[in-house]
Amino acid sequence: MKTKNTQRNLRLAALLGITLLGLTACASSANNGLDGQEPASTVTSTEAEAVTVSDAWLKTASAGEMVAAFGTLENDTDENVTVVSVTSPASPDAQLHEMVTDSTGQMKMQEVKGGFTIPAHDVFALEPGGNHIMLLDLPSAVNAGEDVPFTLTFSDGSTLEFSAVAKDYAGANESYDDHAGNDDEGDEGHDGMSGDDHS
Amino acid sequence: MTESTSSPVQAGANRRQFLLGGAAVGVGAVAALGIDRAINQQADRPATSPLNGDDTVPFYGAHQAGIDTVPQAHIAFFGLDLRDDVDRAGLARLMRILTDDAARLTQGVPPLADSEPEMVVAPARLTVTFGFGPDFVERAKGQQPKWLKPLPAFEIDALRPEYSDGDLLIQVASDDPMTLAHAGRMLLKDTRSFATLKWSQPGFRRAHGTEKPGTTMRNLFGQVDGTTNPRPGTDDFTEVVWSQEGWMSGGTSIVLRRIQMDLDEWDRVDRAARDNVLGRFQSNGAPLTSNPHRAAAEFDEPDFEAKNAIGLTVIPAAAHIARSRPAAGQEQERIFRRAYNYEAVPSGDEITNAGLLFASYQADVEAQFLPIQRRLSEVDMLNEWTTPVGSSVFAIPPGCAEGGFIGDTLLT
Repeated sequence: MKTKNTQRNLRLAALLGITLLGLTACASSANNGLDGQEPASTVTSTEAEAVTVSDAWLKTASAGEMVAAFGTLENDTDENVTVVSVTSPASPDAQLHEMVTDSTGQMKMQEVKGGFTIPAHDVFALEPGGNHIMLLDLPSAVNAGEDVPFTLTFSDGSTLEFSAVAKDYAGANESYDDHAGNDDEGDEGHDGMSGDDHS
Repeated sequence: MTESTSSPVQAGANRRQFLLGGAAVGVGAVAALGIDRAINQQADRPATSPLNGDDTVPFYGAHQAGIDTVPQAHIAFFGLDLRDDVDRAGLARLMRILTDDAARLTQGVPPLADSEPEMVVAPARLTVTFGFGPDFVERAKGQQPKWLKPLPAFEIDALRPEYSDGDLLIQVASDDPMTLAHAGRMLLKDTRSFATLKWSQPGFRRAHGTEKPGTTMRNLFGQVDGTTNPRPGTDDFTEVVWSQEGWMSGGTSIVLRRIQMDLDEWDRVDRAARDNVLGRFQSNGAPLTSNPHRAAAEFDEPDFEAKNAIGLTVIPAAAHIARSRPAAGQEQERIFRRAYNYEAVPSGDEITNAGLLFASYQADVEAQFLPIQRRLSEVDMLNEWTTPVGSSVFAIPPGCAEGGFIGDTLLT
C-alpha cells in the first residue's frame, strides 16, 4: 500500500509539474526494484535511448488550426540530453515551444531556442501552460481518440518515435503573436493563460 | 477533530495533505519525500488504520468491475445518445479513450488531460462500467443479442423518456461522492465529440462503514431488499450473470428500472399490512413463515404452502415474494440485483420524490428477467405504491486485458 501511494504521489507530482530532482531512484523502483539505492545506470549509445515518453496526448483540432501536444519525457541516465527538433506526419510544421511573459505581462508561446534539455535522472514535463510541442497548419482534423505519431530528434542526431492520443480539452489556448494568421487563437489565449497567476 | 481520532489516520491524512500542499506551492519534492518517509515510519509502528480512500478495485479482468463488486455507497448511471456521425471506427476511438480514463481513475491515477488531478487520489473503490444500447451494437456492425431492446410495455409502467433508453451506459460507483463527481465529469468530458448526455441518475446506499459489508440493503420503504441474490464468486452467480455468447462472453446485461415509490401513501399502511404486501417481515426481512426477530432468519426459505388458522396461506399469493419467485422447473428465471435508492427534488405538494434504481444483471434478459417482470406486472400487491418511470436495457461487454479496451471483442 505504501509503495503504491508513493508511486501515485510521484505520478501526481509529475503531472503537477514538480521537478523530481533526485527522485528518479524511487520513481524507477517499479522497474528495477532498488528503492533508495543507486539506480542502475544504463549504458546507452544514443540520447534517444536515454529517454522514455509517457502520458503523451494532444488536443483535438480542426483542419487549418494549430494544436499543442503534451507528455512526460524522462531521462534515466547520468548525462543530460537535448531534444532539438520534432516532426509529425500530422503537420508540415512541428515546433518545440516554450511559454514566456511578454512586455504587457501576458503569457505567450514562442519557439524555443536550443531545444528541450532533459537533465540526467530527471523528468521534463510538456504541459498546458508550459513547454509543449506545437503542430501548425494542420492539413486535416485531429479527432478525439486518434493516435498521432511524433519523432523527436536529439542533439546527437538520434531519434525517438512515440504516439500521442487526441483528447477534447478546453484549456491550453496558448496565444501566439509570432505566427501569421492566428488572430483567432490570440483571443482565446487570454482565457487559457490568465489562471496561471495563482501558482 | 475529536480526541478519539487515532494518530495513524491523522498521519496518513497529513501526509497526503502535505504532498498536495507542497505540490501546489512548488515545494521541492525531495523535501516532500523525506518527510513522507519519516511519517510512514511513524505510522508503521501502531496498528495502521488504512484510509478508505486508498481502497482500489482492479480495473482489468475477464469481467467489468462494478457488478460483482460489493456495492459502493454512491453510484451514478449516465445514459448517452451517440452523435449521428459516429461510426464503427469512431466507437473504437471512444471506447479506447474511456477505457484509459477508467483504468487510471479507478487506480487513483489522473487521466490524461485531467485539469483537476488532485481529485483523483482517493478512489474509495471507484469502479466504472460500460454498457452498449442497440444502436451502439448496430453501428459497430456486431451481432445483436436478441434481448437487446427496450422491454415490452407493461401495464404498470409510466415511463418517461428522460429516464429511459440510450446508446451508451456509463455506470460510475464509489464510496466517496467527491471522487464519483470528478470521475463522472472526466468521463463525460471525453464523450463530447461522440455523444450527448440523455440522462443522469444518481443513487445511494448506506455510507461506507455504517454497517457490515454484505448486509442486505434496505430500500426507502424500509424493506430488506435483495435477500435471494446469488452471491458473487459462486457458481450460482456465474450461471445467473455472465454470458457465454460470442462477443458478449464474460459480459452480462443490465436492466435499469427507475421505480418511483409513493412514500406518502406507504405511510398510511400499518406494519402487518406492509409485511403481507412483501411476504417478509419489515423487521429483519425474514419470510412470514419464519421468525421476525432472529437476524439470520432473513435467509430462511419461505414456505408458500403454510396455512394460518383460517386456512389461508401465511404468505399471500399476491405478495411480492410469492409473485417474483420462479415457478417449479423454471429455475433459470433468476437475476442479480444491485439496486440503489434515489431522492429527487419534490414538486407540487410532494415532500418526497424518491424511489429505487432497480439495477438487474443477468446473462439473458428474455429468459431470466422478463418472466419475473411479467408476473409482477400482472399481480403484485406492491404495485399499489410503486410506479416504473424509467427503463433501459444495455449489453455490458466483458472486461479487457491491459492494452485492450472495453468493447474490443465487438469493435476489433
